[in-house]
Amino acid sequence: MAEKNVRTIVVNRSAYADNDLEASLLRKKLKEEGVFLVNVMSSPGSGKTTTLVRLINLLKDKYRIGVMEADIDSDIDALKVSEVTGVKSIQLHTSGMCHLDAGMTFDGLKAIDYKDLDLIFLENVGNLVCPAEFDAGAHLDITILSVPEGDDKPLKYPLIYQKCNLVIINKMDTLPYFTFSLEKCKENIRMRNENATIIPISAKTGEGSDKLVDYFIKSIQEFREEK
Amino acid sequence: MHELGIVFHVIKQAEEVAEANKVQKVCKLTLEVGQVSGIELDYFRECFDWAIKKSKFMQECKLEIIVIEGITYCRTCKETYKTVEHGRICPFCGSKDTYLVVGDKVIIKDLEVI
Repeated sequence: MAEKNVRTIVVNRSAYADNDLEASLLRKKLKEEGVFLVNVMSSPGSGKTTTLVRLINLLKDKYRIGVMEADIDSDIDALKVSEVTGVKSIQLHTSGMCHLDAGMTFDGLKAIDYKDLDLIFLENVGNLVCPAEFDAGAHLDITILSVPEGDDKPLKYPLIYQKCNLVIINKMDTLPYFTFSLEKCKENIRMRNENATIIPISAKTGEGSDKLVDYFIKSIQEFREEK
Repeated sequence: MHELGIVFHVIKQAEEVAEANKVQKVCKLTLEVGQVSGIELDYFRECFDWAIKKSKFMQECKLEIIVIEGITYCRTCKETYKTVEHGRICPFCGSKDTYLVVGDKVIIKDLEVI
């Protein structure tokens, strides 16, 4: 028998609702302050840090840049980025969690003094599942896929390809050594997301990085002009 | 590990509702979990039972999970089918032009409180 004074409160709210709300408020706040936040997602070892280092070196004369590196533990990425590029970077530890949510992102922004910056990269935890579920509050979401991972990755982890604006296909210099079809890969991304821009690069050799720089300059321009 | 993150957000929101409604405690939480939401139910329950120990109103809260079947719609032949059995490709006409109608959400349905 149920207890007499038990009553039911109807909630009907998504488990992600509080994070989604926090994320959109954060996005709006940063927009008003003119800070462009970029969320970079990928599996471990796809070359997120190397890609960021190359990109930052090509953009740092134009914008004041900051980097927030999220990892379950260690500060190796933050040290590396800061050492090679000279831009401000901090390490966010997620205390065992496999993703960042909007609250953790905002804590990180406060720690890096974001108001002095134009462009902030958030290097999310290397993982293709959870970062896609939790909106971090960024203006641009990027997924990096590297050639050795295979051209069928978008079929296995659909959500992360659905949720991004840009897919960077990295390690193009290793193409001769792997069974990887760029056309097939693009087709698989398109199946998940018709609107995503796809840019193949090699963060190691620099191939394709001019296109990436153009994409960023254009995106930031649009962000600043957009009311 | 992603179950834990979702559990934290579920508990946080349920606690807010409990607080706003001035309840003594939450006895049961009913959650609708889509079949293709990517949640492992056993793992989710374990995380939930661990995480409520740190809560204010949910120390003894039971978790009831209602699984919502994944259903996909085919734009080509206008049929619907079970997502888990057939995936993205329509079993009736072989088309890839399909989209998920229901089954990817995680919804806090209601709370039983005293």
